[in-house]
Amino acid sequence: MDPAEVRTTIAQVLATIAPEVDLETLDARAPLRDQVDLDSMDFLNLIVGLHERLQIDIPESDYARLVSLDDLVAYLAAKAAR
Amino acid sequence: MSEFKLPSLGADMDRGRLLEWRVKPGDVVKKGDVVAVVDTTKAAIDVEIWSSGTVQDLLLQPGDDVPVGTPMLRLADDGEPATVATQPPRMSAPPQTLMSAPAPRVAPPAHAAPPPAAARRRISPAARKRAEELGVDLNKLTGTGPDAAVTIEDVLRAGAASTAVAPPIAAVGAAPISERASAMRQTIAAAMARSKREIPHYYLATEVPLERATDWLARANAERPVTARILMAALFIKATALAAHKYPEMNGFCRDGTFEARSDVNVGVAISLRQGGLVAPALMNTDSKPLDDIMRGLTDLVKRTRAFSLRASELSEPTLTLTNLGEQGVELVQGVIYPPQVALVGFGKPTRRAWVEGNTLRLIPVVSLSLAADHRVSDGHRGALFLAHIRELLQQPDTL
Repeated sequence: MDPAEVRTTIAQVLATIAPEVDLETLDARAPLRDQVDLDSMDFLNLIVGLHERLQIDIPESDYARLVSLDDLVAYLAAKAAR
Repeated sequence: MSEFKLPSLGADMDRGRLLEWRVKPGDVVKKGDVVAVVDTTKAAIDVEIWSSGTVQDLLLQPGDDVPVGTPMLRLADDGEPATVATQPPRMSAPPQTLMSAPAPRVAPPAHAAPPPAAARRRISPAARKRAEELGVDLNKLTGTGPDAAVTIEDVLRAGAASTAVAPPIAAVGAAPISERASAMRQTIAAAMARSKREIPHYYLATEVPLERATDWLARANAERPVTARILMAALFIKATALAAHKYPEMNGFCRDGTFEARSDVNVGVAISLRQGGLVAPALMNTDSKPLDDIMRGLTDLVKRTRAFSLRASELSEPTLTLTNLGEQGVELVQGVIYPPQVALVGFGKPTRRAWVEGNTLRLIPVVSLSLAADHRVSDGHRGALFLAHIRELLQQPDTL
């Protein structure tokens, strides 16, 4: 899947959780949860939203790899390609 | 025949503004049905009725801002013949801000005919208060409310005209975010000031090893679809609820110096709002719910709290409060009790720490657990046993 498409999907899901956030203003390489102030429930809702839109299974054991926006895009793009 | 009054909406939320009716005269309602939506500083609240019967008439109009305890509607009790169709219109003048006619959903057009000179002007208390704050002359206003009553919107419009700040307020709608945020800050300030003034707090804290709970959760979630995963917060909530059931002096209300223990445990969960502010609505009957139900309830509660949509019982019925700083927080919280409750349990941010167990030193996740409790009701010894019990329960996650 095209990383730009993945990024758009992330923006859409994030808008339902943190409507005040503009993805363009974030540092894509810095930890997402520090910049957007996502608590555990917000992060779970993000994962659930991505799962529902992209039909990708994201095991909890992979959460530790999903730190920055770039991490998330790369992970989802790779999973969607399979 | 009985009158249903605007119920308590939690500490220091002493007023509500009717947004809309969910029932009309003649409707049959049962206990727990939502009859109206009322706006407060914290949320648009679904008001549930406490008894069953047939709605006789509605005593408030959308837009009315009234204190807790104001009669909202009259109910013909079960078995009592309803007389909606045959009842003659009430002739006596209703008290200020009360209306006997069925409420229209749509506000009357602006610039309605002015009231007869002899009639007493109808001005809602909230409108009067805002007019004073904004320096608006009420005598110069044309009321657009029912019977040309001066509403808070009229006052705000007049205030905006003189200060060139236009408030984006619909005729009858929820308050805008900025106004709600400042009103919520005042409500929190009032409740917390009252707590610090009236409640002799004592504080305790301990550290809780979370290795077993973390491992158990990882195993449980590995087998679950993403939509059914459980957060550590659900374990904290359940353990707190079970311990509160065992230590009743932590669970209930202290009013006028008299403590009333509650047999049900409704854990209030402190939920922060993204734009600032805090609400701690209840997960009802927390101690008897399985973890999955608690997780579903928590997800739903967070979603509705952030959408400003709660039930009146969720705000008035928490029997103790839990605050969970979570992974983005700091290690320790020392809470302020939410009156009339008598205890607040706090969980800090779980961190990996060196931990001695027996003769071994290991690196495990640890969370600080704290208690702020009311010395009028309990003392430190019982509080310590309460916290120790929560810690013990979290060592047996499979029993939660």
